[in-house]
Amino acid sequence: MRILVCISHVPDTTSKINFVEGDTKFDTNGVQYIINPNDEFGLTRAMWFKEKNGATVDVINVGGPETETTLRKTLAIGADAAIRINTAALEASQVAKEIANVVQQGNYDLIIAGRESIDYNGGMVPGMIAALCDMSYVNNCVGLEIVGDKATAIREIDGGKETVSATLPLIVGGQKGLVEESDLKIPNMRGIMMARKKPLNVLEPQGSGTSSNTLNFEKPAPKGEVKLVSPENIDQLIDLLHNEAKVI
Amino acid sequence: MSILVYTETDQGKFKKGAFEVASYGKAVADQIGCDVFAVSFNANSPESLGTYGVSKVLNTSYEGSFDAKLFADAIKQAALQVGAKVVIVSSSADSRFLSPLLAISLDAGYATNVVALPSNLSPFTVKRAVFTNKAFSYTEITSDVKLIGVSNNAFGLVENSVACSVEAFDVSFSAPGVQVESVDKASDKVTIADADVVVSGGRGLKGPENWHMIEDLAQVLGAATACSKPVSDMGWRPHSEHVGQTGKPVASNLYIAIGVSGAIQHLAGINSSKVKVVINSDPEAPFFKAADYGIVGDAFEVVPTLIEKLKAFKADA
Ligand SMILES: Cc1cc2nc3c(=O)[nH]c(=O)nc-3n(C[C@H](O)[C@H](O)[C@H](O)COP(=O)(O)OP(=O)(O)OC[C@H]3O[C@@H](n4cnc5c(N)ncnc54)[C@H](O)[C@@H]3O)c2cc1C
Repeated sequence: MRILVCISHVPDTTSKINFVEGDTKFDTNGVQYIINPNDEFGLTRAMWFKEKNGATVDVINVGGPETETTLRKTLAIGADAAIRINTAALEASQVAKEIANVVQQGNYDLIIAGRESIDYNGGMVPGMIAALCDMSYVNNCVGLEIVGDKATAIREIDGGKETVSATLPLIVGGQKGLVEESDLKIPNMRGIMMARKKPLNVLEPQGSGTSSNTLNFEKPAPKGEVKLVSPENIDQLIDLLHNEAKVI
Repeated sequence: MSILVYTETDQGKFKKGAFEVASYGKAVADQIGCDVFAVSFNANSPESLGTYGVSKVLNTSYEGSFDAKLFADAIKQAALQVGAKVVIVSSSADSRFLSPLLAISLDAGYATNVVALPSNLSPFTVKRAVFTNKAFSYTEITSDVKLIGVSNNAFGLVENSVACSVEAFDVSFSAPGVQVESVDKASDKVTIADADVVVSGGRGLKGPENWHMIEDLAQVLGAATACSKPVSDMGWRPHSEHVGQTGKPVASNLYIAIGVSGAIQHLAGINSSKVKVVINSDPEAPFFKAADYGIVGDAFEVVPTLIEKLKAFKADA
């Protein structure tokens, strides 16, 4: 079984979000980058298939050279090879088209992407790859088992869960639940040493066009002070929620 | 030239999000000067969309379960039939599942998490929430057909009655993408996505045995229940209740956080709720900086009193 895990390189969840150049660019100054959390659950699930089903696991990122530290980290966690498509990730359809091109040539049985990346929150890359490659697709995937060429996946739906089956090749948009938080793999020393020798192939983009572009960013308006209510005076809270905020 | 909204149903009944995309669609149509059409599957009373400004509904009958590929394909046929240049969907799990497929097949630029009406029609520009609600971006959609995913509860329901006709829509259904084996869904519970009020508990509640407070409070308010990430990681509550940057987003009218510290990753996911209330024993908890109303106090004393007083308030109302 050949697995491809899509890796988005995103600011750490505690990063201060600021913009530069007239609010047209994200300010990367002092920002630490991590593997997108949704992708990290998928990567760990892929490691599980590597052990149980003897799968080989490639990872892919569309981005400039700065994303290689994140790709090296995935190799240290246990991926076999990394692919970087050497172009700035501008928007979802461009990223999806670049990845779909690799998927079509790579004979993959399973593609695991994250439900969304926590920076631009588009949530559309896995679905677009599925459409471009005409593959089975499950989003919000919180459970995945594979036997032979049959996959059983659990999808989180509004208010519950749905279990579906599909024939490989399959692409999933994954999230927490694919593995538990406590099962997430962290690179160890040996993994870090081995990662240095693993292939990180840089491919040139096919030059996919875009269908949207970001003009500028804006920060939310600063919030007013909290109104404190005494625990002895719960009636006041109910009054405020009813008469001032008008939410009950 | 027209606008098409995909109005989702649950067992034949329109979801709240269906009325919201219809309301949004009507407002965009008024900006442009065109009509709003809707496509729905098995809606019981499609004409009710007229209340929100939809002038024609293409209602298809379809007996099977939801399938992203099949639904996306049918919506595409509706878009082509009415010549839609703007297609509008909600942010429900199903709509977000099918929309990337629809975007590719319509060759449409797709903007998700859209929180306001287009700020400009030429170039066509929408305001999106990004960095998990820590910022907004103004995004230009450059394709001929545009697909917009409206963030839950960002626009609200706006009544705007027009005459509404219903057309039986004859679709050629494609093969489903996957096979549904089973669905496990609590039909009597409000979902986090649809709820007007969400009551959320954190590690401060000490253990799952104390969750009756959260559930009782939620019941009085007709609210959905939610929790912080460690609470779901420890198995006190199901993962489906985990809200925040790596869990579900919350955009309710009222969000009540009890024993939740207000870590940046938690706040990111719930920040688009309109009114936030925090109950926490630690006056230094970061949640107090994000909240509109707060009580510094012990949840085990405050919440039972709050439940009793709310019951009395509801009984009077
Ligand atoms: C990559 C990453 C992603 C993350 N994503 C998320 C996410 O999506 N959602 C999320 O929630 N977290 C997320 N986190 C975790 C986050 O950083 C916090 O650890 C978490 O939100 C804390 O949960 P909590 O508020 O329940 O617990 P704590 O931080 O332990 O807070 C408990 C609070 O309860 C209060 N308390 C204690 N006793 C009482 C009492 N008797 N009455 C009233 N109050 C009391 C305390 O004062 C304290 O403020 C993420 C972390 C990382 C690193």
